[in-house]
Amino acid sequence: MAPQVETSMIQLVEREAEKRELTGSEILLRSLIREKVEVIFGYPGGAVLPIYDHLYKGKIRHLLARHEQGAIHAADGYARATGKPGVVLATSGPGATNLVTGIATAMLDSVPLVCITGNVAQNLLGTDAFQEADITGITMPITKHNYLVRDVKELPSIVKEAFIIATTGRPGPVLIDIPKDVSNAKAVFSYPVELEIPGYKLPGKPDPAQLEKLYAAISEAKKPVILAGGGVVSSGAADELREFAEKSGIPVATTLMGLGGFSGNHPYWLGMPGMHGTYAANHALLECDLLIGIGVRFDDRVTMGRIDEFATRARIVHIDIDPAEIGKNVSTWTSIVGDVKTVLQAVNQNVLQSDSQAWFEKLQTWRKDHPLVYQDNSPYLKPQWVIEEIYRSTWGEAIISTDVGQHQMWVAQYYRFHHPRSLLTSGGLGTMGFGFPAAIGAKLGVPDRPVIAVTGDGGFQMTSQELALLTLENIPVKVAIINNRYLGMVRQWQEVFYEKRYCDVDLTGGPDFLKLSEAYGIRAWRAKTKEEASQAWKEAMEHPGPAVVDFWVDPEENVYPFVAPGSRLDEMVMGDE
Amino acid sequence: MRQILSVLVNNQPRVLARVASLIGQRNFNIESISVGETENPSFSRMVIVTRGDLPTITQVAKQLNKLIDVIQVEQLEKEQTVERELMLIKVEVPPDKRTEITGIIEPFRASIVDVSPQSLVVQVTGEPSKLEAMIELLRPYTILEVARTGITAVARGSVKKAAVL
Ligand SMILES: Cc1ncc(C[n+]2csc(CCOP(=O)(O)OP(=O)(O)O)c2C)c(N)n1
Ligand SMILES: [Mg+2]
Repeated sequence: MAPQVETSMIQLVEREAEKRELTGSEILLRSLIREKVEVIFGYPGGAVLPIYDHLYKGKIRHLLARHEQGAIHAADGYARATGKPGVVLATSGPGATNLVTGIATAMLDSVPLVCITGNVAQNLLGTDAFQEADITGITMPITKHNYLVRDVKELPSIVKEAFIIATTGRPGPVLIDIPKDVSNAKAVFSYPVELEIPGYKLPGKPDPAQLEKLYAAISEAKKPVILAGGGVVSSGAADELREFAEKSGIPVATTLMGLGGFSGNHPYWLGMPGMHGTYAANHALLECDLLIGIGVRFDDRVTMGRIDEFATRARIVHIDIDPAEIGKNVSTWTSIVGDVKTVLQAVNQNVLQSDSQAWFEKLQTWRKDHPLVYQDNSPYLKPQWVIEEIYRSTWGEAIISTDVGQHQMWVAQYYRFHHPRSLLTSGGLGTMGFGFPAAIGAKLGVPDRPVIAVTGDGGFQMTSQELALLTLENIPVKVAIINNRYLGMVRQWQEVFYEKRYCDVDLTGGPDFLKLSEAYGIRAWRAKTKEEASQAWKEAMEHPGPAVVDFWVDPEENVYPFVAPGSRLDEMVMGDE
Repeated sequence: MRQILSVLVNNQPRVLARVASLIGQRNFNIESISVGETENPSFSRMVIVTRGDLPTITQVAKQLNKLIDVIQVEQLEKEQTVERELMLIKVEVPPDKRTEITGIIEPFRASIVDVSPQSLVVQVTGEPSKLEAMIELLRPYTILEVARTGITAVARGSVKKAAVL
């Protein structure tokens, strides 16, 4: 289970250096190097001064974010885009608490992060010392695991354990809290090669009996459908999923987190289901007689919380790495617990074509007759059109991060994702302020793909201070602000559920995003018409450095289709059809 | 339905906090929780009494299993389990009434573990219903304080294998 540590990289000189006693800080950094960490996002302070002193001499790139929340979302974007663990470093007290939103964001979307915080020295712990916060207590429910390091000798094995836990099984954030006396204390460094973690269980290979049951279900089904989620992306199973769908002839709906796990160009693709899902995907989930959920958790944005009305005629087969997801939200007919990639590889060996031609044709008709639509006839620039334009400029090859709100849904609907790890979005926690810093991390991890942050005029202001990083570190991220002068998604709910009593959603008079960008030395454009938009976007993409484009779109455009919470999936308001 | 889980955990600082926090976070309720070291000082055993139907209890167990410090979760069947709780109950009793108390507690095989001029401390062990009956019988006297350990439990020797969840 424990991945082997490559020792070949470590130079002899360092080996020599490691024979003497090292401080906790040096041990930490050497441990991170052993874990092949290339970049750390962080922010210094008193409790981590010893660690920063070693970063100063060190071999790991450190990016100074302008807020710890920016740092952790950047580490998260790096992890989502690369599949490697993101590392973030913050000081005690306020530094640590500023990480909290980012940790919860990563937890809900199963993103591997290792978060390192300093704390006050152990003799002060528990005394409300200056900048003391009980961060291990605070983050207990939002980390996969956390540690308070009490002895410098434990540090290497804790770091190793943290990386194993963050990256294996269902990934997630792990926090290591290091009191200042521990980073100053000395010990001889020795990094464990292998490590047993008692109590940490990983699923093995799927049981042949379960595979047989799945095969039987497929052969008996007339209306099968696959619902693929973030687990497909994080386990790297996109190829296996395509093979499974094609061999079995079963169409695929992808959740928000699953977008890109199955190509948006594939004839079997039904789109995203749920609150803002497509007609075909939502109706397929209601009418199917076999629902194969792969790496999904049947979240209430997909089921609308109406389990009593969800796939009621279907046998549900649930494939997931986390046994606790099985039966948590929906009851299953059978389940296979395991890494999605491993399971699908086994499934694909003997899977046969299902007998579902008529169903397949019906779905194709739904797809044709009920596409996503918007009215493009007002004087305003339409946000959906902007997303399509961004798609046309990159043909699905870019990495797109989003913030949270209407623009996020329009990206999910109108940008066609063809590759996994291409959409970085806070699906579970719905964290405004995530999108822009996540793009920074993604660009660092994947420098050869274009990285575009599509963000709202509201959410961008939550972490726009990270514009500083783009110039100072020369990171050519492109930012597309879908500027509707509103907290658009909240406004839409106030329109629909509160009779247009718009309360505290108006953002007019907000900052001039051009001036804001220019203050950070970044080139910026504004566009209010299609012509301006095409021109500005073209120039921004051709510009070698970072760029910001402020798209002024129709302020009162709504996201459709729309299923109200508590409604059945086919009770869809289709919008301006 | 009342359910008893026996949870083997790493004997680590804060492990009780982790388990209790998780149960609260997941919106399950705890009727009682007790914890103590096992024969192996690296491990502790927690006995958790909760309420819920089978799917709920399975979900509690699965969530507990995700905690790194949880080694194993077993479900104990009521009929096949020895359950015990210890209670200390301090009662205001003037010296002339002490024999009365002795008479009351004797059928419970309870004992008087502390005597002072105006009060007694009674220790009683057993199933929760027995402890409650004891409280009721002593209520006519003035009860000064009650302290209970919460349930601890093991599967009977005749049980080959408890249900590991
Ligand atoms: C941190 C945080 N606070 C509040 C919310 C609630 N919320 C969801 S969408 C939204 C509006 C977002 O506005 P904007 O960023 O302009 O995006 P738009 O919906 O207009 O595209 C708000 C306030 C949230 N998701 N996250
Ligand atoms: Mg907006």
